[in-house]
Amino acid sequence: MISPDGSSRILVVMPAFNEASRIRRMVEAVRCQVAGDVLVVDDGSSDDTAGEARRGGARVAVHPVNLGYGAALQTGYRWALKRGYGAVLQLDADGQHDPAFIPGLLEALSRADVVVGSRFLGERSYRPPLLRRMGMWLFGRVASALAGQRITDPTSGFQAISAEALRFYAHERYPVDYPDADVLAMVARSGLRLAEVPVRMLPSPPGKSMHAGAWKPLYYVARMSLALFLVPLRSEKR
Amino acid sequence: MTKAQHLFAILVSLASLAVIVELVRRRKLKEEYSLLWILTAAGMLVLSSWYDLVEWLTQLSGAVTPTTTLFIFGLVFLLLISVHFSTVLSRLTEQVRRLTQELALLSAERDELRERDRRS
Repeated sequence: MISPDGSSRILVVMPAFNEASRIRRMVEAVRCQVAGDVLVVDDGSSDDTAGEARRGGARVAVHPVNLGYGAALQTGYRWALKRGYGAVLQLDADGQHDPAFIPGLLEALSRADVVVGSRFLGERSYRPPLLRRMGMWLFGRVASALAGQRITDPTSGFQAISAEALRFYAHERYPVDYPDADVLAMVARSGLRLAEVPVRMLPSPPGKSMHAGAWKPLYYVARMSLALFLVPLRSEKR
Repeated sequence: MTKAQHLFAILVSLASLAVIVELVRRRKLKEEYSLLWILTAAGMLVLSSWYDLVEWLTQLSGAVTPTTTLFIFGLVFLLLISVHFSTVLSRLTEQVRRLTQELALLSAERDELRERDRRS
């Protein structure tokens, strides 16, 4: 258990969209691992995600409409900034991220501003299908080149974020839909310290993945290529 | 260009301009978004009434017939208006995001205050 003192309270942010069946167990599992507050951001769910999260002991911020994964995360960052939290730990509500690795991510915050949980550094992690892995590898290489350091898992949403990086993430430059390779590249280029630690990831439940279907992966590739192309053209100030 | 063509073009331009101004007058179209449309309609009016200008522009751009010149101008204006709307849309999206997030934060704050009330 990590028990932070008053000045560096930790907020766990979990964006959730139609996760009523899982969210309560996830919140309880997270609360076993970290002595911080849990904020579930309900991104316009049509089921009782918000109620289930409250029953699990989380504070809930409800988007009246669905904005997207990145926007839901950002609501969490803004709450953390407003409340003066010292750090944010974010993980997905669908059970893809194992809460047992939370303490490791938080510990690494002492040497970095953004700590990314990488499924490729760890052992026994779930391996995504070949095509997706190829895409991840390619975007990872581009992001690594832009960042000037090795990024093994550019799409990981399992992260620990320092207060310094929170201000960077709360800005409108943060993408509403897919905040991954491009954001990590921006983070490193802005002078924030970026580190990766190994975590175990499980496959997301069928149909729940952000990259399910025939068109979404194509859109994702085009969207991420454009985002990465723009990274060196912009100079992001902290 | 025949007289009938000339007259028709002028009438169409005038009608477009009238429709736009009327929409702005009734506040169905916001003034800040009507500027490009008024410019377009005014451009149409100038080109349809001043044929020498069309011929001069045709020569200048290397087009073969004056019709081409008119089509090019029409297309360019429509393109500009579309791009303008895309920027407006992007701004609106950003505003909706901020509003929705602020609303979510306020709802969380309200929950918190209610809980505190219940406990005390």
